[in-house]
Formats: sequence, structure tokens, C-alpha cells
Amino acid sequence: MSDRRKIATRESYGRVLEKLGAEYPNLTVLDADLVGATKTAYFQKSYPERHFDCGIAEANMMGVAAGLATEGFIPVVSTFAMFAAGRAFEQVRNSIGYPALNVKIVASHGGISVGEDGATHQCNEDLALMRSIPGMTVVCPADGVETEAAIRAILAYDGPAYVRLGRSDVPMFHDEEHYRFELGKGVTLREGRDVTLFATGLCVYESLRAAEILSANGIDAEVINLHTVKPIDEALVIRSAKKTGRVVTVEEHSTVGGLGSAVCDVLCEKAPTLTLKIGIPDVFGRSGSAQKLLDHFGLTGEKIAQKVLDWMKDPA
Amino acid sequence: MNEIEKLQDLKEKAAELRRVIVKTVYEAQSGHIGGSLSSAEILTALYFSEMKLDPAQPRMEERDRFVLSKGHVTPAYYGALAMKGFFPLEDLKGFRKLESYLQGHPDRNKVAGVDMSSGSLGQGVSAAVGIALAGKLKGADWRTYTLLGDGEIQEGQVWEAFMFAAQHKLDNLCVIIDNNGLQADGSIDAIASPNPIDEKLRAFGFSVCVIDGHDFKEILNAFRQARNTRGMPTAIIAKTVKGKGVSFMENQSSWHGKAPNAEQFAQAWRELEVAR
Repeated sequence: MSDRRKIATRESYGRVLEKLGAEYPNLTVLDADLVGATKTAYFQKSYPERHFDCGIAEANMMGVAAGLATEGFIPVVSTFAMFAAGRAFEQVRNSIGYPALNVKIVASHGGISVGEDGATHQCNEDLALMRSIPGMTVVCPADGVETEAAIRAILAYDGPAYVRLGRSDVPMFHDEEHYRFELGKGVTLREGRDVTLFATGLCVYESLRAAEILSANGIDAEVINLHTVKPIDEALVIRSAKKTGRVVTVEEHSTVGGLGSAVCDVLCEKAPTLTLKIGIPDVFGRSGSAQKLLDHFGLTGEKIAQKVLDWMKDPA
Repeated sequence: MNEIEKLQDLKEKAAELRRVIVKTVYEAQSGHIGGSLSSAEILTALYFSEMKLDPAQPRMEERDRFVLSKGHVTPAYYGALAMKGFFPLEDLKGFRKLESYLQGHPDRNKVAGVDMSSGSLGQGVSAAVGIALAGKLKGADWRTYTLLGDGEIQEGQVWEAFMFAAQHKLDNLCVIIDNNGLQADGSIDAIASPNPIDEKLRAFGFSVCVIDGHDFKEILNAFRQARNTRGMPTAIIAKTVKGKGVSFMENQSSWHGKAPNAEQFAQAWRELEVAR
């Protein structure tokens, strides 16, 4: 599994956005002085008249997007997750979420894989924040193929949506030709009997790697990609939890309020299941290379497998 | 109607709007009365003279757009919309009540004639800028108006929006600042002064008019000037009196968000009847 082509989800986003510019004449793109980093630069180059660099002013950018949406344009707004979901939270809630406007917020640099910039720029809270807004769809693609499919899907959907992308290169493991993406539907990537690993974003691939290690240790793990964190695929979560009886959630996000919480919200009401939440454990990130940080926070296949093994032996 | 008759008609409409405002807040026992009364002439001028609108087609493409950035003055906004015919005046009895669609702050999905939901200060102006930008992208000739409070411009987002509007030469945007000098906690000067507002806006790339916000001649002139301005957005700084028209409410920040009791309502009504 290690020789796969690697590409950052933000790069795939930039490429597909440029393609979609031709398909959607009412697509407008807004950025906040980060066109090179969020990769909206490709769209900007092809469609300069529909790309607006709003400067370092994210609050206003969200409002401008809202205004454009009221006039039938489809605004796609990009900046870092920290500033989209964090700084501009209230603008997203009140100017986009409350009026249920057709604005797509596509935020790059989610999670600790931002790397060297450190804690101030590593947003480990965006899924929690966006998930709390009524009517907001929240998507966290796992690789380039899924990113392209997710961007196409949210543009075809009418309503506010938040998509979280990453800065670092991640392996492309979905099959470009055959992958079918459906908003709100999880994808079972590996069937298993002993434990379910529900993962999102770059942790999906790492969970697949963990499942291989677990298999070598006699544990048959099911791996499910929950690319849509909201609305979560309740039926699939319940079905798999009932089948394996043990649940692990894996995300590059705080264990407060993200995928782990979304899964537990379903399970505690409808299928109580012992659950281990793997993620950033309610602490801030720090500087370092993305790979070293993923290892430091226990989000590599090896570390995930070890945590699951320890927990399966002694869940208390 | 000649010019004099038109101004007289607008004056009578503003007087009626004031009565609607006071009655609405009294019946709801909730709502922002001071800033509603200060903006009565501005909204009357917009809805009964300046803006191209059709109450039968609230989302008509060719209409002029309006965003109430100082979203708390719904008693004045809903009053103007109802008087214009977007919904029945008697619906104002439900203002701010659970059974009613008339929310405390504007909701574009619930109220006919409302172009943008607003209320969280500083946000409406950005949406108005986005709408004006959309107008430019469409090559449309309709215009976008937005009304802000002078306390509201303490929000940093407002200046982000102003920079964007000037950068993109949004001459189809007209920003009106209801400059009554008071915010909820007192005088804007005593809290975090945005003054001088005119010089700041000129420095931000706006064409600026400073007018008496209770004088229809000046208001209509400013709108005309805005319409004829090219290459830059316009800001109209309307000098007003908070609580205007009700003696004991005038220039009192304590009447920012308070409802009158029965006795106060009776007195206010008597004063507003005289203004008829």
C-alpha cells in the first residue's frame, strides 16, 4: 500500500474547481490572500472575472459570498480551516447557515498535518464548529479522488456546505474510474467481524493500514470511511456497530465534537457500543513536519493499530 | 404630484411609520424603538420614493435591493414593508411572538420583501456588498442600499466591507449610516468613537454626503447624487435623533431596546397624532 501516488487534497480541489468553472457559469470563487495555498489560483488564472481575492478579511468574505448566493451565484469560499470555521464562525452561522444560502466553504489546512506553522494554524476544531450549525453539510475527503467527487457533489447540492481539505500530500487510494461518491453515505472499505474503525479524512488510509496490522494480530477489523461527517450515515454506523460490537473512531481533529462525537451521538441513543475515540486529545497542536506530527499524535497506521490492540485487550 | 406635494406626502408617511413603530413595540412589549424612530425618514424615502419595488413580486429581478444591516430596527423595517404592501399591517401584532413569522431580526426566508437575513451587527453590509457585486457581474442596473447604525460601524467587519466595495468600484452600492450618536450603552463618542465618520469614509474610497436624516429634500438629493456617482460607492451619513418624534425618547440611549408602558404609549401616541 505504500507505493501509491501522493497528492494533497487541496491540490485536487484546485484542479477540479478550474474544470468546474466551465460547467458552472454561475460559479464564483472567493479567497482571502491565500490563493497559492488553497489552490484557487488555478481557477483565478482561467476565470479572473469570477475570482475575488478579498484580502485578509474573512468575516467580510463570508458575507460577500452570502450576498452573491442570494443572487443565484454559487460562491465557493476558500481560506485555511482556522479562519473559515474559526475566525468567521459567526458570519458562517448567521449570514450563511441561518438563511440556508447556497455557499460552499472549502477550507484547506485542516488538522495538525499543516505541520511547521504550528498550533495557531492547525485547526482541530472545524468539524465540531461546522457540525453545530443547523443545516450545514460537513465533508472531509480522504484523498484526491474523493475530493474531486466531493466538490462535484456539493456543487450539485443546493445548500450550505463545508469541506475540509489538507495541506500535506496523502496517498490516492480510491479508484479514479470506479469510485462513486454520495453525500451522507459512508463507504465500507473493508469488512470485518471484531471491531469497526470509522475514519474520516487522511485517517481513512491510515485506518486501512492499521486494519492490516490488526489482521496480522488476529483481529478482523471493519473499516468505514465516513467522508460526510454531517449528515452522518446513521444506518451504516448502527449496522456496523451492532455487527462488530466494538467501535473505534479515527480523525485528525479534536476528540471533542468531531467525527468521534458524531458517531457517539448516534450510538449512545440507538445502539450503545463501547467506543474508543482516536484523535487530537483536547490539546493544541505544535510545530513539526506533518509526518512526525501524525506519529506524535498517534494517527499513523502503526500507532492506530497499537492503540486498538491495547484497548481490545483492556477496554476499561 | 409636484415636488412640494411629494415631500408633504413623504412627511405624512414618515409620521404614520412612527405611529406604526411605537404601536408595534408597545403591543409586542419588545423591540428596538429608539433606532427605529431615528431611521423613519430614511426608510420612508427608500420605500416610497427611491427604490424600484413591486410588493406583488417581492423577488422581481429588476427590483432595487435593500439590506437592513442595523437589523434590530425591524419595527421600522417591517412597518415600511407593510405600509408598502408586502404583507398586511395587522400582521405586525405578531411581531416577535412565537406564533408569528415576524422574527425579532429580519429573515429573508420568512418575510416578503426582505432581501437578506441580518441582525448580527456588521454582517448585513458585507452581504449588501456581495449583492452589489452580483449586480455588477450580471450587468444589471438595479441598485443596492444598506442601512447601518453609527454604533454598528465599530465592528471591524464593516471596514473590511468598505475596503472591498471601494476596491471593486461598486458605484451601484449606497451605504446609509443612521448617525444618531447613541448606542445601547450611551454616546458613541464616550464608548469607542468612530468619528470623524465622513473623513474615514472618504479615506476608504467613498463618495460621501452628510445630510439631515430627517429632511426629505436632503435625503432625496443624496440618493440622486449617489445614483449619478461613477466608479466609487456612496456613503450617506444621515444625522438623526434617536427616538425622534417622541419627546421623552429623543436622544436617550435608554430607549434603545425598551418597550413603553401603557402610560408612556399614550403620551407617545398623543405626540405622534399631532405630527399627522
